[in-house]
Amino acid sequence: MAGYQIVAKRPLAATVTAMEVMAPRVARKVRAGQFVMLRVDEQGERIPLTVADKDPDKGTITIVFQAVGFTTNQLASRNVGDFLADVLGPLGQPTEVRRLGRVVCVAGGVGIAFIYPQVKAFAEVGNEIISILGARSKDLLFFVDEIRALSAELHLCTDDGSLGTHGLVTDVLRGLLEKGERYQYCIAIGPIPMMKATTVLTKEWHLPTLVSLDPVMVDGTGMCGACRVTVGGEVKFACVQGPDFDGHLVDFDELAKRKRAFAEEERCLLQEAADKLAEERGGAAAP
Amino acid sequence: MRGNPKSSKRHGSGRPRNPLPRRPPAERARDFGEVALGFALDAALAEAKRCLQCKRPSCVPGCPVGIDIPSFILALAEERFEDAVKVLKDRNNLPGICGRVCPQESQCEAACVLGRKHEPVAIGALERFVADWERDHLPLMPPKTPEPDAPKVAVVGSGPGGLTAAADLARYGYRVTLFESLHAPGGVLRYGIPEFRLPRVILDREVEYIRRLGVDIQTDVLVGKTVTLDELMNEEGYQAIFIATGAGLPFFMHIPGENLAGVYSANEFLTRVNLMKAYQFPEYRTPVKVGKRTAVIGGGNTAMDSCRCALRLGSEVTLLYRRTRAEMPARAEEVGNALAEGVVLQELTVPVRMVGGESGHVTALECQRAELGEPDASGRRRPVIVPGSEFQVPADTVVVAVSQSPNPLLPQSEPRLEVKKDGRLVVNPDTGETTIAGVFAGGDIANDAGTVIAAMGDGKRAAKAMHEHLRRQS
Repeated sequence: MAGYQIVAKRPLAATVTAMEVMAPRVARKVRAGQFVMLRVDEQGERIPLTVADKDPDKGTITIVFQAVGFTTNQLASRNVGDFLADVLGPLGQPTEVRRLGRVVCVAGGVGIAFIYPQVKAFAEVGNEIISILGARSKDLLFFVDEIRALSAELHLCTDDGSLGTHGLVTDVLRGLLEKGERYQYCIAIGPIPMMKATTVLTKEWHLPTLVSLDPVMVDGTGMCGACRVTVGGEVKFACVQGPDFDGHLVDFDELAKRKRAFAEEERCLLQEAADKLAEERGGAAAP
Repeated sequence: MRGNPKSSKRHGSGRPRNPLPRRPPAERARDFGEVALGFALDAALAEAKRCLQCKRPSCVPGCPVGIDIPSFILALAEERFEDAVKVLKDRNNLPGICGRVCPQESQCEAACVLGRKHEPVAIGALERFVADWERDHLPLMPPKTPEPDAPKVAVVGSGPGGLTAAADLARYGYRVTLFESLHAPGGVLRYGIPEFRLPRVILDREVEYIRRLGVDIQTDVLVGKTVTLDELMNEEGYQAIFIATGAGLPFFMHIPGENLAGVYSANEFLTRVNLMKAYQFPEYRTPVKVGKRTAVIGGGNTAMDSCRCALRLGSEVTLLYRRTRAEMPARAEEVGNALAEGVVLQELTVPVRMVGGESGHVTALECQRAELGEPDASGRRRPVIVPGSEFQVPADTVVVAVSQSPNPLLPQSEPRLEVKKDGRLVVNPDTGETTIAGVFAGGDIANDAGTVIAAMGDGKRAAKAMHEHLRRQS
């Protein structure tokens, strides 16, 4: 019986891990912008993760995640040779990749992993790529060489100034726009505040902007509506109508509030896991 | 008495129907254990003996899968239990499920002649008794493997329609692959119907039976995305396909505030609780947030299930329905169960806005009163808003259970599939064949019956039509 075996695992940055997982059917079909629903074990939650890379010949996909919640921490604890309970995909609409000219790709934090396949796809059809990658500090930046290789220009920035420009991705983008740089299209992927700030800026400059959203999902197939977002005053299901949307139309404030709905339960799971770990360590330390 | 149907008739038919024992409301409303307990042996035999053994039974045509009802009841009355099992399973691959969730009162039991003067035979409860007897007394049959050169057929969706079609196709001798998008098979039986109406051990056992008929069940495959219909037929060699993807798209009310946190579609709420076992959080990792006061909007079986789950998760529950109890589409029995357990019904109530606090979490529903006007297209009296009747219902959890429609994902992936305005597939009413030759459909993706047994009837009919189609091909 084939399974979703982890065939490679590597740390990309502090708390950020790349995992290559056997999923031949997904690997054959997945395109830039699509995601999978994944379950670590039989008790596990179903979580959406963007597919960062694929190898259809090997039958694998690469997922990248930051260990922030219970499930992503649990996933990070899995090793090469282990099996994941479930991988369903590819889900969502693939990104509409067109030749537009100069495309500025703005990514923050773990969003760098998700913009990578889009950078690749937009470069492949002949766009000139200008990449702006940002993170809290330099040890959270990754895929820099991979993205540099596809970009005409690469700009790095960190919140603490440890690498590149001391500031936010929006500071860099504003600087470029004010200097007179012009782009036909912008792709922005990252934390909600970053995407919101980017779209506010690009709206001022009339720069069409695509964002990729990751709201709470349960099934990922359009069945539950947990992922509903308001886009241009209309309710959309991000799992089947997205996850890409016109960033100028997304209600980010509502999205942020909906994402926080289960924060308390997440803390409870993390606390429980921490207690269990402390207990195990305590037990091991006993004579 | 044994072996003589006439004597069982004489001894039984005049007696009142044996009531199905249920756990007391105050006890059952606190856990997810099964509500209805099933007949004890004496009661089952006594009830079986009430059957008149009609020569031309009217109950059988009332059964969408055509179970030989008098025969299985006679076998039971004569304590030939294995025979009763055989008769049942000859037509119904899922008797333990049907005996629990079928709306018998509007099907076989509605047609029972005893019902004209007295009460109908409790056919559903007897079906359940026989299925449970089998589970307790007989081992599962050893797995069968189809002939390696048998033609391959695919079934998409593992709800009641898909399971039934897959089982029948395996019995016809095909190599059957059953694709399910979720991580566990069962469709609505798994994600929708709660444990207290259909224990998962029953579902798991009946799914295992279908697997042992030789059906290869593949989970985590979303046909239309993971693999297309076209690829299944032209690359993977499936010669016929049955689509049974159900009615998985939830309706919302499109009123202000519906995207506040704490507002769930019934699908989301029930999926979290049933499929993901959120009622066992944190052991199972998927949370469901249920506050002190839950408001459920709707009047169907899904609304009842939502109410009763919320109640079991410790919430006070108010059911808001725009008409009155008499017009509710839910099974009367389930409405009765819900109310007995403590659900408060607020009739003639139409929510117009959801009100939230600073954090974006719902705090109340603003509603209007309605009164019943003229009948509408469904024959039920239409609710008419009473102007100026606004009032608030406090609620920190809201479940919107106002119907669902077919999930458009698969139809959209295959332009040759013709779709009706309501999102259902165009099918030949006799065979279930879609607008693509060799591709059939049934259950809620094709018809709007909305019951487990209707989907099973469709699955059975389509399996037969597929068998005929493939015989014509070869």
